[in-house]
Amino acid sequence: MSVIQQTRRYMHRNIGARISALLALPLFWLVVIYIGSLAALFITSIWKIDTFTSKVVREFTLQNFIDVFSDRAYFNVTIRTLFVAICVTLICAIIAIPMAFFMARIAKPKSRPVLIALVITPLWASYLVKIYAWRTMFYPEKGFINWLIEPLGGSSPGFGMVAVIIGLTYLWLPYMVLPIYAGMEKLPDSVIDASADLGAKSGRTFFDVILPITWPSIIAGSIFTFSLSMGDYITVQILGGTFQMLGNVVYQNFSLNLPFASAVALIPVLIMMVYLTSVRKTGALDNL
Amino acid sequence: MRVTKLRRFAVLMAAGTLVLAGCSSSSDEEGSGAYAGPVKDTPGTINVLAWPGYAEDGSTDPNVDWVTPFEKATGCTVNVKTYGTSDEAVQLMQGGGYDVISASGDASLRLIYGGDLQPVNLDLIPNYKDVFDNLKDRPWNTVDGKNYGVPHGRGANVLQYTIGKVNPAPTSWSVVWEPNSPAKGKITAYDSAIYIADAAVYLMSTKPELGITDPYALDQTQFDAAMALLAQQKPLVAEYWADYTKYIGAVQSGSITVGTSWQVIANVLNGEKETVGAVKPVEGATGWSDTWMISSKTEAIDCAYKWLNHIIEPSVNAQAAEYFGEAPANSKACALTASKDHCKLYHAEETDYWSNVYYWKTPTEKCLDGRTDVKCVPYAEWVKAWSSFRNS
Repeated sequence: MSVIQQTRRYMHRNIGARISALLALPLFWLVVIYIGSLAALFITSIWKIDTFTSKVVREFTLQNFIDVFSDRAYFNVTIRTLFVAICVTLICAIIAIPMAFFMARIAKPKSRPVLIALVITPLWASYLVKIYAWRTMFYPEKGFINWLIEPLGGSSPGFGMVAVIIGLTYLWLPYMVLPIYAGMEKLPDSVIDASADLGAKSGRTFFDVILPITWPSIIAGSIFTFSLSMGDYITVQILGGTFQMLGNVVYQNFSLNLPFASAVALIPVLIMMVYLTSVRKTGALDNL
Repeated sequence: MRVTKLRRFAVLMAAGTLVLAGCSSSSDEEGSGAYAGPVKDTPGTINVLAWPGYAEDGSTDPNVDWVTPFEKATGCTVNVKTYGTSDEAVQLMQGGGYDVISASGDASLRLIYGGDLQPVNLDLIPNYKDVFDNLKDRPWNTVDGKNYGVPHGRGANVLQYTIGKVNPAPTSWSVVWEPNSPAKGKITAYDSAIYIADAAVYLMSTKPELGITDPYALDQTQFDAAMALLAQQKPLVAEYWADYTKYIGAVQSGSITVGTSWQVIANVLNGEKETVGAVKPVEGATGWSDTWMISSKTEAIDCAYKWLNHIIEPSVNAQAAEYFGEAPANSKACALTASKDHCKLYHAEETDYWSNVYYWKTPTEKCLDGRTDVKCVPYAEWVKAWSSFRNS
């Protein structure tokens, strides 16, 4: 008991101790677990391996980066990954903006919590269950999508890039809807009224008033969808057929050539850093 | 003020990195000779790393279980973890935490030289004497005269096809390699660098001028030819597989009709009704010869030895070999299989059958076929080429 009292007294007197005790855990998380692992990733990428046993040898080399940048295949896979991430982000935005607008401005305030719950429901189910469900739907002959499209003269796209984009869009859509919803809800009625009073039709109001004001929250959503798509490899394995993304390169190499896998893993990190820096000015980071 | 903050931050970061580096460093000591024995009745827990179907504890099928009887008889607890490729096995084993492993020839040497395995004192394993002689003291289980484990079984990577979908029933690998294949777009291939050897096996009979005698000993010209064959195959492939349950689903849905496979996959698919055929094609095939080995860092040595003896016990070896669909290593197992002609079906006792089955090995720069005038492409380069090929 006296120990607790002593500590309490010490803490009361000493503001520095109080602050460090409060910050110890979050700082540990940020510095050791988060930044530390990034540093470990970078350090690993400048090491060698024993080519026979695949064990990491701690000797400096830049060969992994030379391998990544000199092989055309890895340039192509980077472009493919970027393309998929951009497509997923755009499709998510196109679906999410009207959805969020409806939820925040048109639906009755009473029904809003229900609508939000509905948007979040897919997140309650396991990632794998959802993707395997999509896999059965995409089967080229016996799948649901083929059954749906066949009478119209088409056929299922089968496994490949299209299936991956659809799968990822489905997975990450809630992460786009929620920030945009939050942004639209904050929008004061007065600006929309003012726009209407000044004679703008609803289309003009949407594009010239609502969209610019909620832009930061759209960017905030895009950070989620873009980064989650950049790093994904499981959906690609399950829906991609022979199609591969950067995550798969890492997955394929981490067991036999960890330094090379680390070098590849730095590519999405770099892309995300560029992306985050470029959107910083929009104020999107304050909306996360 | 600002400088101090920054400096403090830098110190913290450096400390964090050091901690991480400390955690990841592992000792690389060689195993210090084999266990002298005797095997005692110490209870313990062993973590088993196995190919799917090798250590069944009833969780796949309640009727298929040879782990629980072992646990009851010995008091050792067994946890089983399965893996899909040898590369995955090597990675998991190097990460530590496993006591015994069923390793194929392309994993065993990498693990032995990496110091992850310990020599095995075969005198402590009574059932070893009944193992087929042509599996004893082979290069993938014995190094410098030291034995590193007990053989479990062997088999060929078969050509599997859906009956009725691929006509006529294939007898040659050409159905998966040639652009005019009737199964175009519904072909599957194994998703590992070791699959390059499958291309080499096909080239051995279709392009004899390349002079390949061992699909794991390829010089640069031969290797390039194999990679070119893989590139020719790529547009025909629906999916590359490493996860056998996903493979089974794809065959059932009809999105894959032909490709390289394991007998166990065909057996699962034929569980209710015969839907697929599995053959060793005329060109021969790659295959495996697996060995149970003990980690150099195990703390349950007695349980590990008991496991090695148990798993090649004739009745258990028969059960496991029959379930997986391969030839058992114990000669006495043949009399105990549920299906009386199992050993005949899998050619366990025929030496001829195995002459064109090329067991997985780890390719090295020094050619494994004995050539000394050229350098062969080592496995690290196979992996690089495979990764680049899959992403091109």
